[in-house]
Amino acid sequence: MSAFNAIGEEREIDRDEYTPGVEPQPTWCPGCGDFGVLKALKQALPEAGKTPEEVLTVTGIGCSGKLNSYLDTYGFHTIHGRSLPVARAAKLANPDLEVIAAGGDGDGYGIGGNHFIHSARENHDITYIVFNNEIFGLTKGQTSPTSPKGHKSKTQPSGSAKTPIRPLSMSLNAGASYVARTAAVNPNQAKEIIKEAIEHDGFAHIDFLTQCPTWNKDARQYVPYVDVQESDDYDFDVTNRAEAAEMMRETEDVLNEGTVLTGRYYVDEDRPSYTEEKRAVGELPDEPLAERYFDDDAEWERSYDLLERHT
Amino acid sequence: MSSDELIWRIAGGSGDGIDSTSQNFAKALMRSGLDVFTHRHYPSRIRGGHTYVEIRAADHKVQSRGDGYNFLLALGDSFARNPQEDAFYGNEEIKPLSENLDELREGGIIIYDEGLISEEDVDALDLEARAEENDWHVFPMDLRGLAREHGREVMRNTAGVGATAALLEMDLEHIEDLMSDAMGGDVLEANLEILHEAYDTVTEEYDFEHDLRAPEGSHEAEQALLSGSNAIAYGAIDAGCRFISGYPMTPWTDVFTILSQNFPDMGGISEQVEDEIAAAALAVGASHAGVKAMSGSSGGGFALMSEPLGLAEMTETPVVLIEAMRAGPSTGMPTKPEQSDLEHILYTSQGDSQRVVFAPGNIEEAYEQTRLAFEIAWDYQLPAIIIYDQKLSGENTNVDVDFFDREPAPDLGSTLTEEELREAAHDNSGKFKRFNYEDAENGVASRSIPGQKGGRFLATGNEHSPVGHISEDPDNRVAQMDRRLEKLESIREDLDSRESSTQTYFGDETADYGIITWGSSQGAVEEAVERLNDAGHSVKGISVSDMMPFAEADVTEFLESVDEAMVVEMNATAQFRGLLQKELGRFGEKLTSLLKYNGEPFEPAEIVEGYEVNFVEEEREPTAQVRIEPAAGD
Repeated sequence: MSAFNAIGEEREIDRDEYTPGVEPQPTWCPGCGDFGVLKALKQALPEAGKTPEEVLTVTGIGCSGKLNSYLDTYGFHTIHGRSLPVARAAKLANPDLEVIAAGGDGDGYGIGGNHFIHSARENHDITYIVFNNEIFGLTKGQTSPTSPKGHKSKTQPSGSAKTPIRPLSMSLNAGASYVARTAAVNPNQAKEIIKEAIEHDGFAHIDFLTQCPTWNKDARQYVPYVDVQESDDYDFDVTNRAEAAEMMRETEDVLNEGTVLTGRYYVDEDRPSYTEEKRAVGELPDEPLAERYFDDDAEWERSYDLLERHT
Repeated sequence: MSSDELIWRIAGGSGDGIDSTSQNFAKALMRSGLDVFTHRHYPSRIRGGHTYVEIRAADHKVQSRGDGYNFLLALGDSFARNPQEDAFYGNEEIKPLSENLDELREGGIIIYDEGLISEEDVDALDLEARAEENDWHVFPMDLRGLAREHGREVMRNTAGVGATAALLEMDLEHIEDLMSDAMGGDVLEANLEILHEAYDTVTEEYDFEHDLRAPEGSHEAEQALLSGSNAIAYGAIDAGCRFISGYPMTPWTDVFTILSQNFPDMGGISEQVEDEIAAAALAVGASHAGVKAMSGSSGGGFALMSEPLGLAEMTETPVVLIEAMRAGPSTGMPTKPEQSDLEHILYTSQGDSQRVVFAPGNIEEAYEQTRLAFEIAWDYQLPAIIIYDQKLSGENTNVDVDFFDREPAPDLGSTLTEEELREAAHDNSGKFKRFNYEDAENGVASRSIPGQKGGRFLATGNEHSPVGHISEDPDNRVAQMDRRLEKLESIREDLDSRESSTQTYFGDETADYGIITWGSSQGAVEEAVERLNDAGHSVKGISVSDMMPFAEADVTEFLESVDEAMVVEMNATAQFRGLLQKELGRFGEKLTSLLKYNGEPFEPAEIVEGYEVNFVEEEREPTAQVRIEPAAGD
C-alpha cells in the first residue's frame, strides 16, 4: 500500500484545481509572458492526467520563480539557479512524482548553468521550463545571458559586448533528450509542448519565450512567430541530432534579427532516463525510497552487520 | 617482559602501501589484546612524498597519538623524485628516515631499508652519533632485496613487519591470519615466506640490546578497529539515512566513499554531482520528498553549501551536513588537520543562523552524535551539522563490537501520514498549513511530503505564511521567525534533559584549574589532564560538543568552578574561546588559549607544557610549535 495516494489517482481533473484559492491572481505585470506559461501548464497537466498533489513544481528566483505561488501543486520555491538539483533529488527519492522545474534565463543559463548542463547530461526524467525574456526582470532590467549583443542596460551602459548564449544548442550538446522552444504568444503550441515534455521519459527542456513588457520594451513581443513543424520553409528530422543542431543554430541566429522560430527541435525517445540508468547499475531501488519510511514492516539494515571487516 | 606502550611509526612514500600495511598491523595488535590508536600523516600527492602512519598500542585505553614514538620502520620512498642540488622538495629518498628522527624517543628502535636508502645518505645524517647520544638501536636491513628474492619488491612492507615483530618478540599468528584474510594463492605464499624470512633473520642474526617489547593485554569483549569516518557513516546508516550526495574533497571523501559503497546493498542512493551547491541542494530535495538525506564536504566545498544550508533553515527541511575541517584559509594544507572552520560552520549563509552543530571528540561520539544529528534534524526540521576534522576522520581506534548492537532509528520525526493529514489544519482552499505557528509545539509545525493526499503546500526561501505563500507582513514575519528560533531553545532543553550529556568530562572534579577543548583535540587533552593529576596538579577538563545551540549550562558550571582555564584548540585565532565569550558573556579574564596550527595535532605533552607555562611557571616560553594567547585584559 502506498503512503502517497495522490500519485496515480484515476479521476476527472478540473483545470481550476490548479488555481490556488488564496492567491489566485498573479502579481506579474499586465502583458507579461509568464501568464502564458501558467495558463499552458494549467491546461497541459490535466490533459496529461496529473492531479495537483502528485506534481512537485520546483522553481528558482525571479518573476518566473513565483510560478508555484500561482499553480496549486506541491511547490518548492528554491534559490537562484538551484531549482534543478532540488528537483532531481526529489525525483530520485520518489520517481513516481511528476517533477517540473522552472526558472528564468538568468537562473537557468547564467547562475544555474552548471546544473543545467549536468541535469541534461544525466537525462533526469523531469521537465525543465526556462522563462526566457532576454532580460533580468525582477531586479529591474539588467542584461541577461540571452540578451542580444549590444543590449544596453544600467549595467551595460555602452551595450553588451557579449554574444548571447545558445540555449537550445547547449541543451542538445549537454544531452537533453527533448528540446523545444515555444512562446507565450502561442498558447496552443505551448500547451502541446508542455504536455509532450511531461510525458517524455527523460530530461525535457523547454525554452519558453516570455515577453517582458516592463523592462524589455524594445524587444519584440515574439510576434509573428513561426512553428518550424508547420511551416513549409523548414524541413528537418527532430530525431536526427545533426539536423536538429543545424535547425537550433539557425533559430538562435535569427531570433535577434526579428524572426521568431518555435517548435520541437530534438526528440530522442530511445535514450534511457537517469532513473532507468541508475536502476540498471543497481544503484536505485525498484520501489520509491520515500515509500520505505512509511512502511512499518520495513527491515532496516544495521551497521552492526558490517563490522566483520573491522574485527 | 613487555613494555608499557608501543608507538610504531611506518614511514615511506605516498603509494608505497603504508596505509594498508599499518591497518593490518594495528589490527594484529588489537587482536593480541591491546588497545590501539592510529595517526596518519600524508602529503597531498598520489605518488611519492614522505608519509607515515603511527600506531600506538598499550594494555589500556589510548585516546591520542601520544608523545613522540619509539619504533621507526623507514621503508624509503620508492616514488621519490630525483634530487637535484637545492631541489625545493629536497632528497625524498632519505626522508622516511631523516624526517622522523627528531621525534624518536630515547631508547627507540630504527629499522631502515638499506635496499632503498643509500649508505651515503645515512652517513650524511650523522645517524651513528645521534643513535649513540639517544640510545637508539639501529637495524639496517635490505628489505627490498629480501622481498625481491621471494616475491616482488612491493612486498618489502611485509619484510619490515616481520622484522618489527621479531624485534618486539611478537607472535606472528595474528599477522598471518590477517594476511590470509586479505590475499591468497602465490601472493599469500610469497608474503608469508618474506614475513618468516625477515623474522628469522632478525631473531638469529641480531643481538637484542633494546628493552622495548610489544605490550601485552587482553580484551573482555570482541573489538572492531574503526576510523572517525566509519563511525559517522555507521551512525548515518543506523539513523536510517539512505541518501547521500557529494563532490570529492579531502578529507570528507572518506564518509562519502563508505556510504556510496554500502548504500546499493541497502536500497539507498548515492549521487556524485557537479559541485557542492548541487550536493547540498540534492540532499534538501531528497529530504523534501520524504527521505533521510545527508551531504557534506570540507571547508572550501562547504563554503559552496551556504546557499542550500540557508534554504533548509528557511524552508525547515531536515538535513544532516558534515564538515571535515582541514588547514585553511582557501586550499590551505589539504591533508593536515585544523579546527579553524568553527565560525564558518556556525554562521555561514545569510540571516540569523537556525541550525544545530555538534563537534564529536572521538570515534564513539562521532557515531552517537551523527545519530543524534539525524534525530534532532527530523524532529525539529532544521539542518544539523557534524563538524570534525582530518584527524578524527582518519584515525583508527578499537571499539567494543557490542557498542554498535543498536536498534535502527529511521523514523521521520515530525512528519505526518496521510491519515494524520486529514486531521491537520488547512486553509479554506484546502492547502495544508505546513508552517502553522498557531498550534506549533516547541516551535515545530508538522510537515507533509509531496505525493501525500491533502498535504500540498509551498516551501519557499522567502518569508512565508502558514501555507507557504510569500509574505512580508510584519506580524507574520515576527511570528514565523520566533517560532523557528523557539526550536533551538527547545532543542537545548531537550538535550539538557537527557540522561547522558554530549559534553565529556575528565580529571579531578574539585580542581581549581580547568582545560577546555572541543572536537578531536579531546583525546590529547584527556591524557594531559590525567598526567597532570598524576604529577600532583589538580586539574579537570571538559570537551564540548554542542556548538549550537551552545552547551551554556554545562560550560558555565565548569567555568564557575575553576579559578582559571586554558582553552585548547587547533587554530590561530582562538575561535572556540571567542564562541565561549560570545555565548556566556563573561569569564574573559579566566580564559587563556593554547593554540596550534602547524598542521599537526596536539600531543599530550604539549598540553602539559602549556599548562605549566600558563599556571605554574609563567616566565617560561613553550618549546613546542604552539602559541599561548593570554586572557582578555591580561
